[in-house]
Parts: sequence; C-alpha cells; structure tokens
Amino acid sequence: MNLNKVLKALLVAVPVMTLAACSSTSSTSADDARTSEAAEQVTETVQVETAEPVVSPAEQMRQKLEALRQENTIYFDFDRATVRPEFVEVLEAHGTFLRANPSVRVTIEGHSDERGTPEYNIALGERRAQAVVSYLQNLGVSAGQLSTVSYGEEKPVDRSRTETGFAKNRRAVLVY
Amino acid sequence: MMTNLLKKTLLLALLLVPALARASLEIVITEGIDSARPVAILPFSFNGTTRPNENLAEIVSADLMRSGKFSPLASIKMPQRPAKASEIDYAAWAREGVEAIVMGQINEIGIDRYTVSFELIDVLKGNSGPSSQMLNAGKLVTSNEHVLDSRETTINGSQFRQYAHRISDIVYEKLTGERGAFLTKIAYVLVRPDNEFPYQLVVADYDGVNEQILLRSKEPLMSPSWSPDGTKLAYVTFERRQAQIFIQDIYSGRRTVVSTFPGINGAPVWSPDGESLALVLSRDGNPEIYTLNIATKALRRITNQRAIDTEPNWSPDGKELVFSSDRGGNPQLYSVNLATGTTRRLTFEGEMNLAGAYTPDGSTIVMVNRTQGQYHIAKMDRQSRFLQVLTKTNLDESPSIAPNGSMIIYSTMHGSSQVLALVSMDGRFKARLPAIDGQVKSPAWSPFL
Repeated sequence: MNLNKVLKALLVAVPVMTLAACSSTSSTSADDARTSEAAEQVTETVQVETAEPVVSPAEQMRQKLEALRQENTIYFDFDRATVRPEFVEVLEAHGTFLRANPSVRVTIEGHSDERGTPEYNIALGERRAQAVVSYLQNLGVSAGQLSTVSYGEEKPVDRSRTETGFAKNRRAVLVY
Repeated sequence: MMTNLLKKTLLLALLLVPALARASLEIVITEGIDSARPVAILPFSFNGTTRPNENLAEIVSADLMRSGKFSPLASIKMPQRPAKASEIDYAAWAREGVEAIVMGQINEIGIDRYTVSFELIDVLKGNSGPSSQMLNAGKLVTSNEHVLDSRETTINGSQFRQYAHRISDIVYEKLTGERGAFLTKIAYVLVRPDNEFPYQLVVADYDGVNEQILLRSKEPLMSPSWSPDGTKLAYVTFERRQAQIFIQDIYSGRRTVVSTFPGINGAPVWSPDGESLALVLSRDGNPEIYTLNIATKALRRITNQRAIDTEPNWSPDGKELVFSSDRGGNPQLYSVNLATGTTRRLTFEGEMNLAGAYTPDGSTIVMVNRTQGQYHIAKMDRQSRFLQVLTKTNLDESPSIAPNGSMIIYSTMHGSSQVLALVSMDGRFKARLPAIDGQVKSPAWSPFL
C-alpha cells in the first residue's frame, strides 16, 4: 500500500519535474532553448557540437513523451465524469507538454465499467473523454491537438467484474 | 421439483447431442419447466435407403421445450410406437398427460429428394372418439376433428433442420394461438480477447446452430440491428479507431458505411418500414437521437438536451421512439412522438431504467432496470405502468424481443463469463445459452424470416 503510494508519487513527480525543466526554457521560445542547451554541451564535447542541436530536442521530446505515456490514465467515480483532484497534476503535465509542442496530437479514449448498458456507457465514456479535453483546453492546449473516442465498456482492462476491476475500467487514457 | 428439473435438463441435453457438433451455444434451462404442457413428438418413420442427417423429431422436441410452453415426453416414457394415426391408443397417451401428438414420415423419392408428411393430433379429442362416424345432414361422415393439422412437402437433404423448425412453428401456433418464432436467427458479438481478431459479429439460428461469423475485427463491434426484411444488419465498428455505423448484407457480405461523424455514431435501430435508422450522434457536443433516411441520407435531429440521450427504439407503428436519457438526473426511459415532438417520461421506478424496447404488440416496454445496484431485465405495461422485474441474473443488458413477443434474449454474467440468456415474457421460463469459448454480448433477435 505504502510502496504503491510512493511509486505513484514518483510517477507523478517524474514527468512534472521534466516538464518543470522544460517550461523554464520554453518560456522564451523553442529555438532559444535549443541554442542554450547546445552551448552548455560545447564546453563538454566539442566534436558533437553540430549534431546535437538537431538530435537533442527530438530526444528530449521523446523522453518527455515516454514519461507522459507512463502516466496517461485518470480514473473516475461510478456514473461520474468529474476529474478528481488527485489527477490534476497528471493533466497539468500533459497540458504543459502539449502547449510546448503544438504539432503533437493526442487522442483521449473514454471508458466505463461493465455495469449499465453498452450504449449508455458509450455516452458516459465520451463525457469522461470530454472532461479531460475541457481540462486541457483550460490549460491552454489548442482544440486542434485533441480528439476523443469513447469505447464505453467494450475495452475493459480488468474483466473480473469486481469493485476493484470496475474502478480500473472507469478511465480516460491519453494516447499519443 | 429439483430432480424433475434435473431430469428435464438431462433429457434436453440428450436431445441436443447431435446438434452439439455445430452449435457453440448450448441451452441450459434454469427455471420454469414445470408449468409446461406435455406433448409427444414421435420419431418420424423413414422409407428409403439414404437417411437424412437430421433427426426431425429431436429438433421439434428441442424447439418446443425451449419455448418454455411445452414439455415433450421422453422417448422411454412413450406408451406405444404407432405407425399411423389409426393405431394410436388415445387412452394410453392421455394417462401420460399428453395433450397432443406429432407423428410423421419421411419418404425418399429420388436422389437427395424427400417427401415429409406429418400430423398434429389432439389426444383429448381423439380419446372421445377418433375418426368417429357421425350423422351430418342425414349422411354418415367420418370426423377428423382430432387432426389439428397435417402437411406434406418435398425437400432436399440440406433442408431438414429448416423444415423441422417449420413443423415447430405450425405445432406451436396450433396449440397456443400465437405465431411460432423457431425459424428466426440471432445476431450477437463474440469477444475472444486472446484471438488475433478478438471481436466477431456472428449470426446463428435462434437455437445457436449454424453459427456464421460475418465480420472479424481487431477493434470493438457493437449494437447489431436487423433490417425488417432480415437480410441486413446495421452495427457499430471501431475499425478506424472511431465509431462508425455500417450496414452489411448478410448474404452477399457487401458493407456500406452510413454514419461517420465526429464523436459517437451509435445505437442504430432499423425503422419498421426499413427506410430509416434511428441512431445516436454526438457531433453537436453531446449524444442526441437522430433519424437517418438510408436512401436520401437525410438526417433529422429528434432530441436536443444537454443530457445523455441514447438507446432509441421504434414503436411497432413507427410513430414513436423510446429512448434513455439522464436529463432528470439518473437515466430513465422517455418516449417521443416523431410527428409532434411531444416527449414523455415513462419510468419512475428504480435507480435507473435503460435500453427500452417495445413488444411487437406495443403494449409493453422491456428494459434494463437497476434497483439497489442490481441490473435486471424488467417490463412495464404501458397502460397501468406496472413494472415487473423478470430476471434474477447478474449484470443483465441488451434485451432483444422475439418477433412473436414470447421471449426476451439478453446478455448476462454466468460465473466470470458474459453469456446469453432467455426469459419468457411472463418471467416464468428462464434458460442460459453459455458460449463454449469467449464472451457473448449484444444479442439481436431477427424478425420472422
């Protein structure tokens, strides 16, 4: 239980930290960020100077994406589509990244548990996906970067039909 | 009572043995066999050299038992094996409680050609004097009042199963006054998570035999709905990672996309005249009910609410839709008149009511009712608004009504598997159709074929 909490905290913290580093540089512009980074590396390894400015931002973005993919699911209460406070940090991490990378698109999948009817659950899944979209838009992410699909109860991650299983299935997933 | 039920289940299992090879759904009757009426289906006599592969009497017996209204007498309990109607010892059959006998014969008349004839005989009338001679307008005539029906037809070897269902339809209608639904099919979605194509759209005879996979997909398939002529299915597919509605011709396999708007394209249901689909689109921000004219592609928006509106279903006259909406807080059923737009809330009992469907006579609405957290199939009389819960199974969803209104097929849980189950409209007869492999969901009962 405790270990789980620590792990969770780490998972939240890692992308937030990466993004914190990112946002301090991106407050100017992406180009400035690249030059300052390259300049730092000049002092260490002269040979790779010309290659780095090209590879590094891409690699940096890949790493950020990787971190974001680790923490890409938020969970909901039964028959609800409200973002719970514990997932605010996760969404802010994604929001910051998307704002910094306006060419990146993300699909938000909405899911429900297996209670109720498949059609109602499709509607509920869409509400959850849209709740995430609204949240990200409020953080300044452009609508054009965001799309949704609701799978309702058709793609459960846990098929046990227990309370724990249901809770795992009531989710929205950000898929890059 | 329990042993009786066990015996009947065993008997049914025996009856179904020849069908098992081709059936991946096998029926288990769970409740209600005791109220069924005893009948006897005698083995059909055969004249010829090449016996047909199908056993007519077994198929008819299984049909009648599965209707929940009849209890066919086991072969070992039959007091005699008469070769023709004149040899029937009516008193002996009456002592077994049998009220009707089906007997018939198969004559091989050529290569892969057979003549099948049968008679449905009323035991009580026969007992009071079969073929009795009586005076009619001064003439002595032979009464055939005990023969309720008799037919003869010529078929080939591949048509025996279909003709057996036809016999069941005739027997059922003669004895109940209601049209039989044995010559029908069901469509459903089979989910096999470990398969390369986990989602499969399947059509089978109503009894699960002759299963045919119409579509295999890596992404979910949902909501099959039959065209009123029984030749096409509308359904939802996520093959492009977004919901789309397709119409597929069952026999040619031809598929056409009919709805591919941003957001939800869901819950297609064919109108009774076959010209339109009722469906759900969320292209304007939240799920609303629309009708789509299939030929002209004309879309008409029916609901306009900030709530979830979904699961439309047509009234038999096509003038009204029932649908689910959470506009009142929790999802409940509403009806909307398509001409006037007048909308009424239909259900007030229970925490939720979902997936409403009219019975073929329009008198009753079948639904999924949630009470104290339990999801069960229920029905409500439209006049009295009396709501009756019909099932005791777990996590019931997707009810679909037989075209004669006698039975509801739905999806439920059995152990950790999603299976199909049947419940009669009066709630007395219950049966389960477990899949041998995979999860079965979204059953749709075909119209009369």
